[in-house]
Amino acid sequence: MSCLETIQDYALRSIGIGERLLPKENITLCEQATLIGSGLIWNVYFAVLALIIGFFIAVTVALGKNSRNALLSRICDVFILIFRGSPLFIQFFLAYFIFLRLKQMGVVTWLTSAQAGALVVLVLNTAAYSAEIFYGALRSVPKGDIEAADAYGITGVPRFRRIILPSMLRLAWPGYTNEAIFLFQATTLVFFTGFPTWRQQGDALYYANYFAIKTFNPFVPYPILALYFILLSLVIIGLFGLANARLNKHLPQTPRLKVRPRILR
Amino acid sequence: MFSFCTDPSLLETNRWLACYLTTPKHMSLWYSFGTVLLLLAITAPTALVFGFGGATAARSRFLPLRWLGKGYISVVRGVPEIAFFLFFVIALDQGFEYIRHLLFCPDWNEPIRQGNDFLVCPEAKLPLSTAPQWIHEVYGFLTAIFTFAIVFGAFSANVLYGAMRAVPKGQIETAEAYGMDRRQTFWRITVRQMWVYALPGLSNLWMVLIKSTPLLFLLGVEDIVYWARELGGSKNPRFTDYPHGDWRLEYFLGLLIFYLLFTRLSEWVLRRITARLSKGQATLGAMS
Repeated sequence: MSCLETIQDYALRSIGIGERLLPKENITLCEQATLIGSGLIWNVYFAVLALIIGFFIAVTVALGKNSRNALLSRICDVFILIFRGSPLFIQFFLAYFIFLRLKQMGVVTWLTSAQAGALVVLVLNTAAYSAEIFYGALRSVPKGDIEAADAYGITGVPRFRRIILPSMLRLAWPGYTNEAIFLFQATTLVFFTGFPTWRQQGDALYYANYFAIKTFNPFVPYPILALYFILLSLVIIGLFGLANARLNKHLPQTPRLKVRPRILR
Repeated sequence: MFSFCTDPSLLETNRWLACYLTTPKHMSLWYSFGTVLLLLAITAPTALVFGFGGATAARSRFLPLRWLGKGYISVVRGVPEIAFFLFFVIALDQGFEYIRHLLFCPDWNEPIRQGNDFLVCPEAKLPLSTAPQWIHEVYGFLTAIFTFAIVFGAFSANVLYGAMRAVPKGQIETAEAYGMDRRQTFWRITVRQMWVYALPGLSNLWMVLIKSTPLLFLLGVEDIVYWARELGGSKNPRFTDYPHGDWRLEYFLGLLIFYLLFTRLSEWVLRRITARLSKGQATLGAMS
């Protein structure tokens, strides 16, 4: 079977399109590369959605933590502490069993699937980490910016939207880029916790692990996976770099986005 | 464990729980907390040694060695660590077996990889197939520690590399002015002074290390996650004196609380160490 046919059969295997049976014998390099690449669909799905939804929650929580209302501030702080102080791995397990119990009680039945349940965990987790980054940035927004806004009579929501938010994002951006790469790599944990794979539709690591077990040779699938992840991390850095340039458009010199990825949670 | 545990079905809640939580299987759960702490206690210094090696290599004047050091740091940093864990567990095992195979069975002429199998001669198996069960478990644990050390070694190499470069130039120049050679400057000045710059990074790394201990489960070690899943699953009255429904939710809640407390405690200790080490240093932390 040529490589082109393999790609036709397996490129969308992770979302259930194409050949149903996974390769079992005489596994070729092409099959490994295609299937692992196919699994990336899920990693990208989790990362993109969690990042977008998590961003809005994170901004809200950061503002809440900065609020003068002691109770609200405390609640936001506890939210951040819980999600940053415990392993994501345990959070996945715990969430899955919570969702399972809800299902048994007949309240919410659709959260036990990985697509929905794991996404909820990832959203909350990235929201907590990003909220901490945004909170730090919010505290270091230059006082002069706010005084200038006051002098111009800009108050309330417009002051936040047009003055504070852009400054905050500008300051938080390098840290936030890091968080995005982080989150992307954390998506590989999903199918190794309680969440079940439906009809062997898993993510990139799921297939890499499948091949490593089937061929008993880890030296092919994992380097392929590593290559994919390094490439996609570079894509993330590129995209965030563009956003960074836009955030710093008004400055005479765009500070280079310095990214020091890494450190799991 | 307790004398009143003879017939659990008759006990009231508190006593039932006391008996339930001290069954031999639960003792394994409590011991596995020790496994986690042991892993941390061994991995942290080992990773620091690996990191020191990596950072020194990355600073070396000898080009291939510098490439090796920098390559080690950047490859491990760019890939999800869980992939590394899954990779190294098999790769290390096969690596060791292959070396032993070359040493012990030099006249074995069949290929090592046959289709989907990895075959070495029986004498090269690790651990030997005749070894008792506990040797298999210890071997599994040691490979896990080695894997953690490699991955976290790269992280700490990165931190130490930065810390070595953060030592003020003036101090290095002073050392040179006193006639110390490169080696002396490195050991007497850089290595002594770098810790205060490395501490924030290393503290962060320690927290990360704590939070990655549940990954032991994926390496096949019977750790707290393993036992929480085992014990939490619903138990049928036919097989146990302590039947219960699906309690995995409660068990994992317990684990979450354990980790939360552990990270809080670490944070507090690390803050004190930082304050202590910053004394007498010309940094912001020491002046405030």
